[in-house]
Amino acid sequence: MHLEYREFLGTLGSNSNSVYMGNKIHVKVNGKDHQHEVEPRLLLVHYLRDTLRLTGTHIGCDTSGCGACTVHMDGQAVKSCTVLAVQADGASITTIEGMANGQLHPLQEGFHQMHGLQCGFCTPGMIMTAADLLSRNSNPSEGEIRHALEGNICRCTGYHNIVKSVQYAAEKINKEVAP
Amino acid sequence: MIPTTFEYTKATTVADAIAALGNGDGKILAGGHSLVPALKLRLNQPERLVDISQIAELRAIREENGGLVIGAAATHNDIATNPLVRSKLPMFAESAGQIGDVQVRNRGTIGGSLAHADPAADWSAVVLAAGATIAVQGPKGARKIAASDFFTGIFMTALAEDEIITAIHVPVVAGARATYQKFAQPASRFALVGCAAQRTPDGQVHIAFTGLSDTPHRDHAAEAAVSGKPLDAAAIAAAAAAAGEGVSINVDHYASEKYRKHLAKVYLKRALEAIA
Ligand SMILES: Cc1cc2nc3c(=O)[nH]c(=O)nc-3n(C[C@H](O)[C@H](O)[C@H](O)COP(=O)(O)OP(=O)(O)OC[C@H]3O[C@@H](n4cnc5c(N)ncnc54)[C@H](O)[C@@H]3O)c2cc1C
Ligand code: FES
Ligand code: FES
Repeated sequence: MHLEYREFLGTLGSNSNSVYMGNKIHVKVNGKDHQHEVEPRLLLVHYLRDTLRLTGTHIGCDTSGCGACTVHMDGQAVKSCTVLAVQADGASITTIEGMANGQLHPLQEGFHQMHGLQCGFCTPGMIMTAADLLSRNSNPSEGEIRHALEGNICRCTGYHNIVKSVQYAAEKINKEVAP
Repeated sequence: MIPTTFEYTKATTVADAIAALGNGDGKILAGGHSLVPALKLRLNQPERLVDISQIAELRAIREENGGLVIGAAATHNDIATNPLVRSKLPMFAESAGQIGDVQVRNRGTIGGSLAHADPAADWSAVVLAAGATIAVQGPKGARKIAASDFFTGIFMTALAEDEIITAIHVPVVAGARATYQKFAQPASRFALVGCAAQRTPDGQVHIAFTGLSDTPHRDHAAEAAVSGKPLDAAAIAAAAAAAGEGVSINVDHYASEKYRKHLAKVYLKRALEAIA
């Protein structure tokens, strides 16, 4: 899919590093301001991956089903393959690259400690969706974690360790808040 | 998957949006969670998209004349978490929380779902059972369409091409009990069959199905079996026996006619038991 997109850009006399004329957008990504002219049909996930070269956000299905492309838009988890870049104009975006702050985010540490990943393809999306959950509910039950991750598909882990990773992060965050 | 080219405008008022829609080659973009997938598959190739998601008045949820007015661009998550909705129309919060997944609920809107009229969408059964009215506006002015007149076929509604849904008006009846129960398709979580039921203190029961046939609809035969009677086991069994009879039932690779009809009866029974 990604290659096809590159080839498609090529047919327009462009290359992957240039953006071409269209609508002007202004977005904040991981705290940094960006301004670009984009074609209205450019998907947010392609803007992040191809224009900003933030390739931590993955494309797993491109049909809105797998959640690998999940990022935060104004604090909420969204599937960036189902959002146009122009819709993100004025928004603040966080990608997996924006999660670590000098040290790993508790969720990143959790996935590491609890073996929450095997191939790792789904992991950025899992972490962004789990972060959306923990921002609304810092002490979720196992059932709440599984319900919150319904839009994220993993073809390796069988989910048990993903749930444990989120529980690890929740515990760590709660300890930090109330030592 | 890359959509075909189109122009994009962000509308700031409803009048703006109606003007920008123009003469039929423009299309409203709300949450984009039905439209963007369709654009990517090139099932839809509009010349212009008019984004209504930033129009503040379309996102508001407020009280009016004892009922609630839900802005068309309120997201499923806005509705699931809104305190007014949770206290006055718990069925709306309950059903919103069952749509798709977190990411879908963060973007998708009630107006977009109603306008799209997927035969398996959740909101359709809910607005039918609640006796809601859909407020729309176009170049010729505003009008209100009863939910029972809104859905006209598979992906078809009473909305004209140049009209926008602005709000959903829902009556709040003191003492009413209502619920939405669905058997979710395990991958998409759309309703294989969804049943919404509402009972008002006068004993009247509204029962609506989605996913069961081409068009979401009220099941008047099942309603007659329980309306004006105590909601006991016998009445519930009679309603379940009547449910789904005489309608043309959807058949697809997920469910046969027999299985869907069976689900309709099971989910109606669960819904009625929940509000008994
Ligand atoms: C993975 C996935 C799972 C899903 N699961 C479910 C589910 O379980 N249950 C369910 O019910 N839905 C489900 N959906 C659909 C979802 O709820 C959509 O968000 C919804 O159907 C469309 O709303 P939208 O705001 O995204 O509309 P858009 O995609 O923006 O628009 C859809 C259509 O409605 C028109 N439109 C939008 N707003 C208006 C308006 N105010 N006035 C007039 N026309 C308008 C548009 O022009 C377009 O034709 C799912 C979607 C995805 C991607
Ligand atoms: S790539 Fe976006 S949901 Fe799968
Ligand atoms: S770890 Fe491989 S897809 Fe989840």
